[in-house]
Amino acid sequence: MVQLREQSEAAEFFPSDVEYQGLLSKRSRRGRVVQLSFLLMLTIAVVGLGILLYTIIDDSFGLVAVVNQNEPEAVVSAYGYDPAVTVLDDLNKEQLVDVLQGSVSSGVGRRLEREERFFADRLVFESQAKWDEVCASDEPPSGCSGGVRSKGNVLDLVRERVIQPDIVAVNRLTASIFNPDGFKEEVETAFVENPSRFGEYTYDQVRYQWRAWFSWKFVTSPASDRPEIAGVRTAVLGSIWLVIITVLFAVPVGVGAAIYLEEFARPTRINDLIQTNINNLAGVPSIIYGMLGLAVLVRILEPFTSGSLFGEGAPNGRTIMSAGLTLGLLTLPVVIISSQEAIRAVPSSLRQAGMGLGATKWQTVRSQVLPVAIPGILTGTILAVARAIGETAPLILVGAASFITVSPSGPFSQFTALPIQIFQWTSFPQEEWRHLAAAASLVLLVLLLTLNAAAVIMRNRFSRRMS
Amino acid sequence: MNETPESTVLDPTAAPATADAVGGVEAADDGPGVLETRSMDVFYGDFKAVADVSMSFTFNEISALIGPSGCGKSTVLRSLNRMNDLIPTARVDGEVRYHGTNIYAGDVDPVEIRRRIGMVFQKPNPFPKSIFDNIAWGAKINGFKGSKSDMKDLVQGALEQAALWDEVKDKLTESGLSLSGGQQQRLCIARAIAVQPDVILMDEPCSALDPIATLRIEELMLELKENYSIIIVTHNMQQAARVSDRTAFFNVELDTTGQRTGHLVEFSPTDVLFTTPKEKATEDYITGRFG
Repeated sequence: MVQLREQSEAAEFFPSDVEYQGLLSKRSRRGRVVQLSFLLMLTIAVVGLGILLYTIIDDSFGLVAVVNQNEPEAVVSAYGYDPAVTVLDDLNKEQLVDVLQGSVSSGVGRRLEREERFFADRLVFESQAKWDEVCASDEPPSGCSGGVRSKGNVLDLVRERVIQPDIVAVNRLTASIFNPDGFKEEVETAFVENPSRFGEYTYDQVRYQWRAWFSWKFVTSPASDRPEIAGVRTAVLGSIWLVIITVLFAVPVGVGAAIYLEEFARPTRINDLIQTNINNLAGVPSIIYGMLGLAVLVRILEPFTSGSLFGEGAPNGRTIMSAGLTLGLLTLPVVIISSQEAIRAVPSSLRQAGMGLGATKWQTVRSQVLPVAIPGILTGTILAVARAIGETAPLILVGAASFITVSPSGPFSQFTALPIQIFQWTSFPQEEWRHLAAAASLVLLVLLLTLNAAAVIMRNRFSRRMS
Repeated sequence: MNETPESTVLDPTAAPATADAVGGVEAADDGPGVLETRSMDVFYGDFKAVADVSMSFTFNEISALIGPSGCGKSTVLRSLNRMNDLIPTARVDGEVRYHGTNIYAGDVDPVEIRRRIGMVFQKPNPFPKSIFDNIAWGAKINGFKGSKSDMKDLVQGALEQAALWDEVKDKLTESGLSLSGGQQQRLCIARAIAVQPDVILMDEPCSALDPIATLRIEELMLELKENYSIIIVTHNMQQAARVSDRTAFFNVELDTTGQRTGHLVEFSPTDVLFTTPKEKATEDYITGRFG
């Protein structure tokens, strides 16, 4: 214990040794309590995020009860195989095409063939003469360009058009793992108690199988009104297009504005006003940006956003261009502010060194300030773009289509986006769509993490080059 | 070593004394100096930081600016190559003549001034780039036309002049920030030399360095004065006495409103100023009675 010396009059205002010891332990205790409560807060945050992720994954996989229009076993045994040994996957491509040919109408078959041929050396549904005629027309279908369907592709077609599974009940992942019999009993009871719900199906037809709602096929399939085959390809492509337009607009404009405000603008009243407004804009609700996008981009600038200025033919301004620019405007204030912070954090000694060597302001900013600021600028941009990807409200206003099966082909296409798709699916009453929505959320998360990872890698590469 | 400045605005042939000054040694003492202030006042907004400074600096000399804190010696130094322009409110009245041209005249571009009158700062501030690029960058942005090997020669020459070449010749691609503080400061000096200035301003270049590094910088200054005019601000009177040929003493005056305005008290050969100062204030300062 340290003896405090009586040094001056002020010493009497300090606690005595005994008091001090008491105070000291009190102070340490308070510190520990605060530390613990912060730990608790961190735990709450982690648990909350964990629960969120758990529910999404829980809904993305699980057991389903299906009724097949044609049983795969019957298809296999029709080819003389024992259904106990051979499954549908074991059939070869010729046999699968044969199955398809026996089940679908010739009109559907021709359409499938025109999309993509089944075999390189022969036609299945179309006559050679008709095929040559179709391919010689002004707009030949995609099948004419020579691609051939793979076996997996034909297998998918057989499942979709011959087997035609109809999901009658769904179950969550954890329940499916730990209590699969409970689910089966539930379905059986439902068939007994409420048969009208299942139309003409009987319980004997029900098959149980595992289903990954979140799968590569889900990502690559277009939207559909049948949950069995619905996918998010159009929405994913729409979101990617939106990110591209958003970044192309918000980053150059935002960084440019930030450079001007930080490096060139004199502190005049107008510049102060602009700065204040940018800070306020960062807090404006996204739906307001949606209103702006609708009024200005979709309506007033329609010739530009519909692409008719460039000879493209969208019927109106409700295109990826409008939505991307709306999201760009939405992210712009955040990009500007975070870029300003990053530029401001560059030590002024670097600017002085550059200017002191006879560099112009721009030479100094370009070669000395920006390279140091870029990691910070990228961090802000990542956060802003991540926010933009998840935005739904402005997209609804700007006019994202809720159901669209054609992949967007460019900035002047109609589009949908992942959050819109999720929003729409959650509003459907049937349970299957909820699982699709969960899987789509997972796709959105993966997309977000991929973009973020790419940006972080880029940022780290920049930082490493600096030091 | 020094190229003749090739600017139209700052044509050295316009000032007769300069032609000699650039090429020879003897011109240093006669005629107007390479750099000269005439009744220079410096303002920050309405605040007059320095009043009525008239001084003349010549080639092959080290001039030291000393004085108590807040006397405006750094302000004077930064006014000499228009670095004060970077402060939006700063303003200079009077004239600063470089080879006879007023650098505050309307048609003079401060960018050119800063290339001709280089600067070394208080804290070593190398760019976060390689040692090579630290030096090459200044030349590049000033329109260096030589080949790659010319650039190598330029970098080597600058590093040799700054007495740094032997220490860094094997690691030119490493970051300038990997050097020690003293080496960084010599790198900054090499960087300033590489753009071919003829005046080098140093703002307390040793205040962030240890005594050994300080000594090396001082030796370097003595070598460099063969080719340049060096003006140094220092808080260290021993340093001024050791390296400088002439010393200027600045002091602060409180006016009736409480504003502190710096002014030049005395500018004499160093040995005179430190042994037989003309002014009482100078004597009080150098004998440690205040400041």
